[in-house]
Amino acid sequence: MKTNLWLGDEAIAQAAIDAGISGVFAYPGTPSTEITEYIQQSAEAQERGIRARWSCNEKTAMEAALGMSFAGKRAVVCMKHVGLNVASDAFINSAITGANGGLVVVAADDPSMHSSQNEQDSRFYGSFAQIPFFEPSSQQEAYDIVLAAFDVSERHGVPILVRLTTRMAHSRADVVRRVDRPREQKPVKFPSDSRRFVLLPAIARRNYAELLGKTRNFEEESEHSAFNVLEEGGDHSVGIIACGIAANYVREVYGSKIPHPMFRLVQYPLPRRRLAKLMQACKAVIVFEDGYPLVEELLRGVGGAPCAVKGRLDGTLPRAGELDPHNVARALGLVSQPAVEAPPEIVPRPPMLCPGCPHANMFDYLREAIAGSPGARVFSDIGCYTLGALPPYEAINSCVDMGASITMAKGAAEAGVHPAIAVIGDSTFTHSGITGLLDVVEDRTAVTVIISDNLTTGMTGGQNSPATGRLEQICAGLGVEPTHLHIIEPLPSNHQSNVALLKRELEYKGPSVIISRRPCIQTGKRSG
Amino acid sequence: MTAQTSQDIIIAGVGGQGILTICAIIGGAALNHGLHVKQSEVHGMAVRGGAVVSHLRLSSGSIASDLIPLGAAHIILSMEPMEALRYLPYARRDAVLVTNRNPVRTVAAYPDEKLIEARLKEWPHHVLLDAEKMARQAGTVRAVNSVILGAASAFLMIPEADMRSYLERFFERKGRDVVDKNLAAFDMGRVMAK
Repeated sequence: MKTNLWLGDEAIAQAAIDAGISGVFAYPGTPSTEITEYIQQSAEAQERGIRARWSCNEKTAMEAALGMSFAGKRAVVCMKHVGLNVASDAFINSAITGANGGLVVVAADDPSMHSSQNEQDSRFYGSFAQIPFFEPSSQQEAYDIVLAAFDVSERHGVPILVRLTTRMAHSRADVVRRVDRPREQKPVKFPSDSRRFVLLPAIARRNYAELLGKTRNFEEESEHSAFNVLEEGGDHSVGIIACGIAANYVREVYGSKIPHPMFRLVQYPLPRRRLAKLMQACKAVIVFEDGYPLVEELLRGVGGAPCAVKGRLDGTLPRAGELDPHNVARALGLVSQPAVEAPPEIVPRPPMLCPGCPHANMFDYLREAIAGSPGARVFSDIGCYTLGALPPYEAINSCVDMGASITMAKGAAEAGVHPAIAVIGDSTFTHSGITGLLDVVEDRTAVTVIISDNLTTGMTGGQNSPATGRLEQICAGLGVEPTHLHIIEPLPSNHQSNVALLKRELEYKGPSVIISRRPCIQTGKRSG
Repeated sequence: MTAQTSQDIIIAGVGGQGILTICAIIGGAALNHGLHVKQSEVHGMAVRGGAVVSHLRLSSGSIASDLIPLGAAHIILSMEPMEALRYLPYARRDAVLVTNRNPVRTVAAYPDEKLIEARLKEWPHHVLLDAEKMARQAGTVRAVNSVILGAASAFLMIPEADMRSYLERFFERKGRDVVDKNLAAFDMGRVMAK
């Protein structure tokens, strides 16, 4: 079979196509974006009519995928870790309704926060929903797991969570495709129990009892899973428990032969019997896991067990940040150090807005407009414009979660902050800003909202932004007064008039929206 | 060098300089040559003009880690001189350092260029290229990546012919003219590395 050099994301995408999905549902987010992009560009997916357009946010994506599963077809839904927070209401409840057609949720975590605001660990969501979940240890395994996961989902009638990390999502490796062509898509077939998806308390209680009854099956499957592998090793002074890609680092630092027994943990819930057996045979175990110490905490329990449990909680490994060959080697007592240090002259090179970026002009106007208002505060959001926090702009005071700019500005305004300004991108506005603006309009709060509209989802590489061309209609429809709804073009030549307009609106003691609109310099370059 | 059974390569530069293109060409050529490949990339926020690094590992056997351990890289390949130095902790003492010498000065306090150049020349085995000038001579300033690739090819465990043919395939859909200019740039880089 042909070998492919695939990103973990691409291996997952091809596996989903090969498993016979009828749709992928997603909102872009690093490091998960390439899964959906791969399916969008796949000729096989196009031939088969697999739906693959971007959703407004992770919640709408998750719900649409659940609808497809309800109809008996297979669906995959992809997001970054914080996207699962947005989708969590639908996600948690999808475990209670259960899945009809195979339903796989892929959450890509970002330990070390390469491109995120936290390093939360999506495995906790798997535990929280009480469903089976997987964390692949290689790109090939990512392919194999996703190919199998739809069957697992249908067998148990529950959604399956697959957790990735940035290193798995964004590393390429040789991957063999297991099938020649994608499996046939499923026909429409409604759930045999017509009330299963109606979560009225009486039905939900019954469904929940069923889910709890299944957890024993999930555990048994983990105990016997071919993905969970114990590799024998003679030296039982330490046992190694390696979750996901951690096994690769252990193998790397020992070279050819690992002297200790190593349990590769890929499928959850925890295979307790097999881990207990390892712990009985070893004086201590070290748990290597990216993200939070989920397994380590479960194994520690309370009180002193004969087998010591080491990992992130006792300082054997750093408490935060991703694993790498260096910290894994140190944890195993092996030497790891650079041959040379980097010269001291080197300065950091943080990311920055591109030359000619429309956000940059908008920040120039804003800085000038608030220069005489020491009480002004700027609440911003997630996107390229978050870089407005860094020099030379230093123009924003917050960035928390998708859509928080408008609602935080609202709360601050209600606390007496004036002017309270929200800066949000067009795609983020569609993702989670619209309902916040409705709150502002409803309460007639004195908030100035700047929608920095570059007509794309820029940060993740220029995906379609669903409100392109109708932002002003949306704002007007929400009830923003026409006299306080403006569109400006962020060009240096419009500097004076745009600053003047901004100043006028900042004085207004009610809701106002300024749409600052010019295409992203990157997507403009590509299409031009 | 062809007797070597594995090679670890750090590929560095500034977001937007085409680091992923270089990775894709070396990785693709290596795969065609029958080698195992692992290649860790950077996407997302960092590519907006920030420091970008890719770990590329080639081997005749299986490869464990996606990341190269400290002090293990055989080659440091960089599109920018300061960025080449940033990743020296990953280099073996006998590593080859191949870098473009044209600085990208879009940071607040870029260090003295002469000092950077001196540091690069302190490295025992270095190849410094004025890749922009060479690419222009080859016909297009957009072929800077191919100059660097050509220079790197002198040290890679992939035969030159495989590299050239993969480069050709990579640029094929952009037309013969683009292919020829990139091959010319590749050859100029390779000559400089000898």
